[in-house]
Amino acid sequence: MQKFIETILIGFSTGSIYALMSLALVLVWRSTRVVNFAQAGQAMLSTYIGYEIATRSEVFWLGLVFAIAAGALVGAGVDYFFMRVLFKHATSGPAAVVAPVIATLGLLGLIRSVVGLIWGGDLRSIPMPVSRDGYTIGDTTLPFSPINTLIIVTVCLVLIAISILFTRTNLGLALRASAYAPEIAQLAGVKTGQTRTIGWAIAGGVGGIAGMLVTSYNFLSPNSLDLLLVFGFIAAVIGGLESMVGSVVGALILGIGLTFILNYVGTSLTFISGFLVLILVLLIKPEGIFGSRKGRRA
Amino acid sequence: MSGLIVDRLSVSHGAIEALRDVSFSVEPGQLAAVIGSNGAGKTTLLRTLSGLKDASSGNAEWNGREMLGKKPDVLVRRGISHVSEGKSVIPELTVKENLVLGGIWRANRSDTNAAIAEVVELFPRLGERMGQSADTLSGGERQMLAIGRALVSRPKLLLLDEPSLGLAPLVIEQIFETIDKLRHKLGLTVVLVEQNAMSALEIADIGVIINLGEVVATGKASDLINDPALRAAYLGY
Repeated sequence: MQKFIETILIGFSTGSIYALMSLALVLVWRSTRVVNFAQAGQAMLSTYIGYEIATRSEVFWLGLVFAIAAGALVGAGVDYFFMRVLFKHATSGPAAVVAPVIATLGLLGLIRSVVGLIWGGDLRSIPMPVSRDGYTIGDTTLPFSPINTLIIVTVCLVLIAISILFTRTNLGLALRASAYAPEIAQLAGVKTGQTRTIGWAIAGGVGGIAGMLVTSYNFLSPNSLDLLLVFGFIAAVIGGLESMVGSVVGALILGIGLTFILNYVGTSLTFISGFLVLILVLLIKPEGIFGSRKGRRA
Repeated sequence: MSGLIVDRLSVSHGAIEALRDVSFSVEPGQLAAVIGSNGAGKTTLLRTLSGLKDASSGNAEWNGREMLGKKPDVLVRRGISHVSEGKSVIPELTVKENLVLGGIWRANRSDTNAAIAEVVELFPRLGERMGQSADTLSGGERQMLAIGRALVSRPKLLLLDEPSLGLAPLVIEQIFETIDKLRHKLGLTVVLVEQNAMSALEIADIGVIINLGEVVATGKASDLINDPALRAAYLGY
């Protein structure tokens, strides 16, 4: 019974980080119709910047703030200097469909190489404000640690902030309207180009948080966030790729599910299971659990 | 010179010329009905006037200021509002959110709230459905919402693209009545694009008949209605 509860808690903690990555991917997909594979690179670059600040100042939270800011700047930059230009040139035909996605893959490689040049391939770890040692009850030490609590609380706060932003503010309304119906939004007076860039910035900031949180229990290296991208993407597909709520729920299901496999079946099957889930969802319910065949939902 | 002046406006879609040397003017407070069959270029005309499409040559000005080459969000701020074809609401948003969207460019939210209250007074049915998603509205209600959203920006010039499209005859009659009432009450200048020639001309001051991208007749709406040659050739009755 204890193992069962632990598994759920650890799964929840892991899943909540997937949720951030998944949310970042969904935010960009909704507004731009691009699966942004470069998100892993953007998040990684932001995490390295957060790492530098956190290590020098020995204050994790300061590092996190810088990682968010760097993520937002890089996200906005990718849209403004890269995606806008790309969409201007590739406006129709197969190139318009394929070019942006291929471009994000290229960008991922580029960012990774640049980070490799600057920081090298060494494994690094970020100083944490709370202990990585599990809580103890009596003589038993649990695998669930204060780090997990910190992760869950941080992710909850981020999700609350984002849901307030999207449902209660004019910016949120502009972001949703531009994603659903760019032309109507434009006619209503929304500066849709600018709004889209802000969407990319928010996604980038969220990715930066995800990177910092994963690195809190893992090492940082130029490809340490690849798995996070893959699981974030699978979670987004489970949630239907359109739905922000779906992406979070999908991520929690995936995180808890994979932790169960890890704890009860074995390490070797965890990765395979993730891909099996992806393929099964695409075969059985390609619109995801929260997507609808006819349209999309907030 | 005030009002809307369109002067030798030409617009092309690639190699195809959709509008050629289109000229007409609408005085403040007037309603101009732009009539023509499918593919005549009516929608292109409105999309060019609201900044969605670029003109290839010509001019268009509103109250003495050039309209062409400006983005829709700039023109909205100058009091030009375009309700695009096909019940232009966002079904994923609530009725309230669709209305708030109409005033989203304002820095001051209370102006928008006041404008929404006015719209709800004009369309009480929308007031009863504020929290529902726009998806649940009937066709006629959606058209009211689309017009209501445009009114929240308190426009001076309203560009309406086929508000009767896809609606039942009884509802169409209501929509035209509403448009007529609104423009008198709010002192709006309206460009109404319609295939429904008779109903549109009945509430219009002037008519502009377009065929294959060119203006074939302009004049007082009542004169156009009674011109037997035009009736046979373009008005279809």
